[in-house]
Amino acid sequence: MTYEFLQNYWWVLIALLGGLLVALMFVQGANLHLGNRVLSDTQKRIILNSTGRKWELTFTTLVTFGGAFFASFPLFYSTSFGGAYWVWVLLLITFVFQAVSYEFQNKKGNLLGVKGFRIALMVNGFLAPFLVGTAVGTFFTGSDFTVNKIAITDPASPVISTWGNGWHGLEALGQYHAVLLGCTLMFLAAILGALYVLNNVDDDTIHAQMRRTVKMSIGPFLFFFLSWAVILLVSKGYAVDADGLVSLEPFKYWHNLLAMPAVLVMLLAGVVLVLVSLWLGGFSKSRKGIWFAMPGTVLVVMAVFFLAGFNGTAYYPSCTDLQSSLTIRNSSSSHFTLQVMSWVSLLIPFVVAYIAYAWHAMDRKKITPEEIEGQGDKY
Amino acid sequence: MDVVIWSRIQFAMTAAYHWLFVPLTLGLALVMAVMETLYVVKKDPFWKKAAQFWIKLFAINFAVGIATGIILEFEFGTNWSNYSWMVGDMFGAPLAIEGILAFFMEATFFAVMFFGWEKVSPKFHLTSTWLTGIGATISAYWILVANGWMQNPVGTTFNPDTVRSEMASAAAFWEVISNPVAVSKFCHAVTSGWVTGGIFVVGVSAWYLLKNRHSEFARKSMLVGAIVGLVGSGAVMLTGDSSGVHAAEFQPMKLAAAEGLQDGGNGAAFTIVPGIKVPKMLSILATHDANGFVPGINDILNGYTDNDGNVVPSVAEKMALGREALDALAVYRGSDEPAVKALAREVIDANVQYIGYGHLSAPEDVIPPVGVVFWSFRFMIGFGMLIALVLLLVLIAVWKDKLGAWKWLLWAAIICIPLAYITGQCGWIVAEVGRQPWTIQGLLPVNVAISSLSAAAVKTTFFVFLAVFALFLAIEIRIMVRAIGKGPEVEPSQNI
Repeated sequence: MTYEFLQNYWWVLIALLGGLLVALMFVQGANLHLGNRVLSDTQKRIILNSTGRKWELTFTTLVTFGGAFFASFPLFYSTSFGGAYWVWVLLLITFVFQAVSYEFQNKKGNLLGVKGFRIALMVNGFLAPFLVGTAVGTFFTGSDFTVNKIAITDPASPVISTWGNGWHGLEALGQYHAVLLGCTLMFLAAILGALYVLNNVDDDTIHAQMRRTVKMSIGPFLFFFLSWAVILLVSKGYAVDADGLVSLEPFKYWHNLLAMPAVLVMLLAGVVLVLVSLWLGGFSKSRKGIWFAMPGTVLVVMAVFFLAGFNGTAYYPSCTDLQSSLTIRNSSSSHFTLQVMSWVSLLIPFVVAYIAYAWHAMDRKKITPEEIEGQGDKY
Repeated sequence: MDVVIWSRIQFAMTAAYHWLFVPLTLGLALVMAVMETLYVVKKDPFWKKAAQFWIKLFAINFAVGIATGIILEFEFGTNWSNYSWMVGDMFGAPLAIEGILAFFMEATFFAVMFFGWEKVSPKFHLTSTWLTGIGATISAYWILVANGWMQNPVGTTFNPDTVRSEMASAAAFWEVISNPVAVSKFCHAVTSGWVTGGIFVVGVSAWYLLKNRHSEFARKSMLVGAIVGLVGSGAVMLTGDSSGVHAAEFQPMKLAAAEGLQDGGNGAAFTIVPGIKVPKMLSILATHDANGFVPGINDILNGYTDNDGNVVPSVAEKMALGREALDALAVYRGSDEPAVKALAREVIDANVQYIGYGHLSAPEDVIPPVGVVFWSFRFMIGFGMLIALVLLLVLIAVWKDKLGAWKWLLWAAIICIPLAYITGQCGWIVAEVGRQPWTIQGLLPVNVAISSLSAAAVKTTFFVFLAVFALFLAIEIRIMVRAIGKGPEVEPSQNI
């Protein structure tokens, strides 16, 4: 297997993990209903227990996404994590609170009370999709950093990747195009959460609330997504030539779309699936919207990653120093490491299979009020 | 204080905090899996209830372990930018394997174990309980492969074109994953987790006996806990011995610091505490030869000849060679002339093993904080042996039915719970503080491994994490104490 093939293969896997992560953010979206005034406490606990059996999967996907990015494109990890410090730290803290909130919130002696932990889950519900979306948004807007490997020989300032400003990532909040993607993901997560709960729980009031959420989110979601997409397709992009030289190219991402018809098909198919799920969840009696929304989300996110990285594009561009921009070619691990990891990745279908089997076994019975008020382990 | 110190303090705090939760996860996993196996094999519902109680405590502890694990993963990038680039090629593969093989296993089967009692068959449930523990253990292996490599960087070569250490062949990868330091660290750390889990179960059960509550449950749990703990203790001692030998071989400065050995020599004595020495013991432990040479701090600073007759240069010489390698690297990266590059490459290749020394400003930089390492080492061994003794006595007491009579032993078992945590922390202090100033032994000192951040930024996140950690620890202990206070009866519908 050639080096180029392996680099591309790992970019596909990163895109897939990114897609799965966003799709699994139904956990975050559903938790927003912990503040829903119409729902009773038992109904909120139903939702909590419904997401509580899946949150580890979202969390583990985040950890694996980070680990896989570190492993396959370490220069991204060292540049973005060490540079856009505050964005990643904020994201981290919301997830750290999420990780303990399920287990702790209904326990006596938990100091923060049920309310405190539910607020933590809701903060995670808002911020996690927003921050991930904004961070991915900078894949297209560019960031303020330089990469200089010779720095390591300089004892006075040995750091290879340096950020150009003291905001360390927070400046992305001022880049409206990146923020549009953050808002898109926030509403998408709310929609995914509603569709998931609709499917996973048996309770009429909850169902009505979830359908309402879907209806109310459609407008903002489409507005943010379409404006992000239109601006993307008409703006300049970061092109890389065969020698690795980076330059700004007008309509770069539009060109990418035309140059890679398969990506265009993926994108359109994904959008159609999401639209179908919106119709099913908002305007029909069906509870199966989530089965369309999740694959649709995965397809769209993957297409977005492909637009960012393939067809001679710098996926993590530097607007300060174009030649510092990160590409699939200049930021990856060595040929051999990618090869080893590729062999290991062949186990992924096996992992997916056992997760599916375990959840199939666990989800045979839908969650009902009787279960939450009855005996047995729950949150 | 500068950004290097704050980055170190933050990482040390996160790692130490993470290690408050991991050993109990590893140890309780084994205890509850054994109990549930007894339930499935003997079909005795007692063991089901016993397993369920320990699983409940496991779950409380597991959550914080997960939460702190992700912080460590992120901090590699956020605070150790140069490190994550330079080791990414080596570290990446184990981390990816850990993610794919271990994390999903833990997460998926934990959920089945926790929620699945009424939803899946007893055998499926039992399998899930085992897989949760096995997942956690596999996870420990891969992360310790990375840590072992930082102690003893085998299997990689420095590539001046990319400015990092890279693996180049299957043989190299095998060297990395079978690194003797990684293997003995893994065994040492995991089995120390069994000791923690074992003494935790024994101590909690002892408390029930002192309170005259749940006597049957407590006795039977003590038996399982003591056996798991003792097996762990035995393995910890054996692997501790090989850790000592590895330190002597790969990190002599760490061993010298742990022994407070200023001047080494042949037939070196082992210091039990200052003033009490066992003649020749250090040479026996470190080299498995009563007259073996063990270098002291000054020998390492000034250079010496090792047991195989190799001359080890002084630190000043290593610094000069390392500086040569760095200067040649600058020339190599700065030039397009093939002849110049070739020449620079030769210099780099010849001196690359000392490249990290080129970043040091004085030879004394290579000396870790001796007092901290020395005393941590002694507390680790002392408390570890005390715990093993208590576990052994508990086993005898269960066997001879003396638990009721030996009340002091019950108290000792309870006291041993915090001691087990102190022991584990001391072990990591020896391993990690003893490695200073290196992030990667000989290749990358901490002051070059960092991110380009201000000290104020890292200081801020340090205090944020400190507050979060303190809060979580307070909550965890309160919830744990209440759950223990409530005891292992059939739990009617109480919210967990």
